[in-house]
Amino acid sequence: MTEHTHKQFDAEMEAIRSGVLSMGGLVETQLARAIAVLDENEDHAALDQVGAVEQQINQMQMTIDQQCSQVIAKRQPAAIDLRMILTVTKIVNDLERVGDEIKKVAYKATQTRGAAPLTRMRAFDVVRAAQHAQSMLQMALDAFARLDVAAAAEVIGRDEEVDAAFQAILRQLISYMMEDPRTITSALEIVFIAKSIERIGDHAKNIAEAVVQVVKGIDVRHASAEQIRAEVAEE
Amino acid sequence: MNVETVAARAETPTQGLAPAMPKMSIRNLDFFYGRFRALKNINLDVAERRVTAFIGPSGCGKSTLLRTLNRMYSLYPGQRAIGEILLDGDDILAPGVDINMLRAKVGMVFQKPTPFPMSIYDNIAFGVSLYENLSGRAMDERVEWALTKAAMWDEAKDKLKQSGMALSGGQQQRLCIARAVSVKPEVLLLDEPTSALDPISTAKIEELITELKEDYTIAIVTHNMQQAARVSDFTGYMYLGELVEFGETDQIFLKPKRKATEDYITGRFG
Repeated sequence: MTEHTHKQFDAEMEAIRSGVLSMGGLVETQLARAIAVLDENEDHAALDQVGAVEQQINQMQMTIDQQCSQVIAKRQPAAIDLRMILTVTKIVNDLERVGDEIKKVAYKATQTRGAAPLTRMRAFDVVRAAQHAQSMLQMALDAFARLDVAAAAEVIGRDEEVDAAFQAILRQLISYMMEDPRTITSALEIVFIAKSIERIGDHAKNIAEAVVQVVKGIDVRHASAEQIRAEVAEE
Repeated sequence: MNVETVAARAETPTQGLAPAMPKMSIRNLDFFYGRFRALKNINLDVAERRVTAFIGPSGCGKSTLLRTLNRMYSLYPGQRAIGEILLDGDDILAPGVDINMLRAKVGMVFQKPTPFPMSIYDNIAFGVSLYENLSGRAMDERVEWALTKAAMWDEAKDKLKQSGMALSGGQQQRLCIARAVSVKPEVLLLDEPTSALDPISTAKIEELITELKEDYTIAIVTHNMQQAARVSDFTGYMYLGELVEFGETDQIFLKPKRKATEDYITGRFG
């Protein structure tokens, strides 16, 4: 993109963009940590860290929102700049929500630690779903960094897989609960974990949709994955 | 501003403004200052009872284009327009067009307020008397009507005999707009009407433009991009005498089709 005549405008936009990327990086690290807790490779110490970093993520959201308000007030952005500012405020909102979900996953994971016979399932199916959501988030943030609509469209298409994984986990847990009511307490905790993971996938999808809006200037929310792929392929 | 929604596209194929009839149609228009070609093959429709804005860097031809719409250039030797400008289907560039009648139909307001050195009342009555023979009573009514249209009546009604030159810049500009509407034109051309005004006067003029478009077709040239975004329904971006992009204002300011337009409206223009 050509530079603005006002160089300061470029600097402000770049500060916002890199702010989003550092916030995204922090959220990704958090998610990796939560998956480690889930996978029982981490202990309680990791949990404290998750809590502390979550505060930092919240703070970043407020800072970036503030920067966006200032650009709107001072620069009256138009066209791609306006779309960028509007979508950044949505993206940081999604990232902050992902941070919240991660915290829930990490807490619930420590609570259900060692709850046989669900341990095995938690270690495999839930972790796999979480890794899937993790790769979606990573890809969505990459798509934002490179303003890559094709990658964004792929993220949007992959959300269905996380949704399907959630449904499968739910079905399995229902079977466990019916067979042995003593598992209900820990099974419910795992339902919450799986739901949070499914939500993380949704937020990654939202971020990807925002990327399409920045680049193409079209609102692809509520459109089908096929429609979006077709739109993105259009020059 | 409108964002194109993919999900809704299947259900509502048409969007944006209700279709507007073209009031003026510009076809293959070239304009020359002597040998210099200032406008290059301009084609566009100025929609009836809508505001059409022209933006672009200095010297891009937007004021020239506006001046062709009522043949203001005819006052100067060596300036000529080639092509067609249809006003309700009749070519105003054709030989034999009565230029005075044309200017009564297509009025113009300039960048700097240009009140005549006479009273507020006479500023308006003078123009009207050139075209119509009104009785004193009818003229009083016309002056009140024009000043009301220009959102000036309340400020001016008690000082109609005072000089128009004694008004503030914003009031002078609204007096000029009143003068332009007093002869009941069909089209109003505004050439940077607020560039010499403070923000409050500017806001009043912009509000006035929005009201006037209920009755008039308006074309405006402005250096203030946000003003074009606020007041217009259609926007044309011009550069080096060419019309680079023309479309609905909502589309131009959110997702212009041409990169050159995007660079200009986002302030990336070299």
